[in-house]
Amino acid sequence: MDALLHQIFSGIASGGIYAGLALALVMIYQSTGHINFAQGEMAMFSTYIAWELIDYGTPYWGAFFLTIVFAFAAGVAIERLVIRPFHNLPVIALIIVFIGLLVVVNSTASWIFGTTLKTFPSPFPSEPLWNNHYISNHELGSIGVVLIIVAILFVFFRYTTLGLAMRAVAENPISSRLVGIRVSWMLALGWGLAAAIGAVSGMLVAPILYLDSSMMGGVLIYSLAGAILGGLDNPWGAAVGGFIIGIMENVLGAYVIGTQLKFSVALIVIVVVLLLRPAGLFGRTVVTRV
Amino acid sequence: MAEQVKTSTTSTVAGQPLSSVPLVKSATAQIQAVPLPRRLAGGRAWGIGAIVVIGALLPFALQNFYIFQLTLAMVYAIALIGLNMLVGYNGQVSLGHGALYAIGAYIAAILMNSYDWPYWLSVLPAGVVCLVFGYFFGLPALRLSGHYLALASLALAVTTPQVLKHKALEQWTGGFSGIVLSKPEVPFGLPINQDQWIYFFVYAIMLVLFLGAYNLLRGRIGRAMIAIRDQPIAAEAMGINSAIIKTSTFGVSAFYTGVAGALSAIVVQFVSPDSYDFFLSITLLVGIAVGGFATISGAIYGALFILLVPNFAGELSKSAPWAIYGVLLILVMYFLPTGFAGFVRMIGQRLSAMFTR
Repeated sequence: MDALLHQIFSGIASGGIYAGLALALVMIYQSTGHINFAQGEMAMFSTYIAWELIDYGTPYWGAFFLTIVFAFAAGVAIERLVIRPFHNLPVIALIIVFIGLLVVVNSTASWIFGTTLKTFPSPFPSEPLWNNHYISNHELGSIGVVLIIVAILFVFFRYTTLGLAMRAVAENPISSRLVGIRVSWMLALGWGLAAAIGAVSGMLVAPILYLDSSMMGGVLIYSLAGAILGGLDNPWGAAVGGFIIGIMENVLGAYVIGTQLKFSVALIVIVVVLLLRPAGLFGRTVVTRV
Repeated sequence: MAEQVKTSTTSTVAGQPLSSVPLVKSATAQIQAVPLPRRLAGGRAWGIGAIVVIGALLPFALQNFYIFQLTLAMVYAIALIGLNMLVGYNGQVSLGHGALYAIGAYIAAILMNSYDWPYWLSVLPAGVVCLVFGYFFGLPALRLSGHYLALASLALAVTTPQVLKHKALEQWTGGFSGIVLSKPEVPFGLPINQDQWIYFFVYAIMLVLFLGAYNLLRGRIGRAMIAIRDQPIAAEAMGINSAIIKTSTFGVSAFYTGVAGALSAIVVQFVSPDSYDFFLSITLLVGIAVGGFATISGAIYGALFILLVPNFAGELSKSAPWAIYGVLLILVMYFLPTGFAGFVRMIGQRLSAMFTR
């Protein structure tokens, strides 16, 4: 029983990480209707920036917020420079551009920063709370940060004019333009926010997995599975989906299929959800008129 | 382009007027086939014949290392034509063809290693297993489109190496260390060396498969595949059974990729789980994007590209090939949406226009 509890708690902890990146994916999906396959790599690159800043002697929280600003700017720039020219092309072209982006960011990172593993500091104290042996402070802190992001996103999309404008653009770009929303900037903003959220999740992952150019590869797969499970158009759903995937990965990995086949959990979840309930657990079913 | 449309409307296949083929591009579908003329023009047929003859003579003029490289390029070309059927002609994006290539390679390697099958007999079973697997993966793919299919196949690509490493399969797959195979002997006492023989073996299979792909894609089924890609609803309304065509395309595409995988096992004489990671799937996608979506000749250009570029770029830096791949991928999508094949065709048309005037 104790072992099972352990697995569940570490599942919740890794679920927090998946939830973070899943939120970034949902962010782009909500504002543009695309799934950004390069999201994990962009997060990894931002984490390297944070590592460099800390290495130069910047205090942790200073580096944290500077990195978020950097990631936001980079996200906006990528949207304007790389993605914008393709916005009229079919989905295939965009997917290939995303893959190209993934490859470029990944290899640039290992080119610039090398391939050795780097340790990344955690901002949370290392003594576990109440001397429990189930969950570390870093894991608790990560979960807290993710929940805060979800709350901010919820408030942003639900109660602010800007959030409403972004949702409108995702829903119907032409009508949004007619009522005076600057559609192209809303899309860029969506990319910027997603990159910023991704950077946060990268900085939360790095103390656990060690910083490395392939750090986010596995995380991206699980996050995608989480986002699909929870519903790609619902931040709460994606966060919950991320946690469920984390728990499933750990419990099934320990007791059912063995740690060697962990990725197959993600594959099975993705295929089953897309087949049985493509909108996810908490997503909206979209009806298309033809 | 207007000339091509004219030539194609004159002939009919299976009683179906070809003018019903949706050659007119919709505003959104900008990357797509430059439609080929129905019958090969005389000059083109001569050109292809000359290339086939040169291909058969090349192994006598080159060193063994270059023969080996060209053989690998042909193996890639077979995989690319398979992937292009699915992505280019049918519009289903697969990021998982590296997995099918791996399955083909492992089936062939296991047949040769554990069951002592001769190498030439192990290619077809590998293809058939992939055909069945691809067909069944194509079933859920029917309900997925665009991003979602890419996602599901991405997960397949990531999962496969883990399955290949798994303990339960280790007695066949050799686990982490893979399987080492022996080099095929030259049969019938032919006066050529082993590398030349493997070249001819792969060359013959490639010619057969290309001919098959040409007939499939230029015929009624190929047009149905393109119709589903461009106008799925109109295609259904015209009586095309979209489900059967899509799953079968997945199956045939998997067959080609599986055969290529099996041939790669024979050519390299080694299979291991880590040679078939997610990046192999990306490499194949790069190949068809650079070669040209929905073109047959593009497979050759694409194969040479994915074989040669890492060689050149590897001299710059270890991670440079991928950076160059990525940048080229984006640039090609932007500047040359029809790939290198489309570029060559455009040059050819300009030249012929210049001379006929």
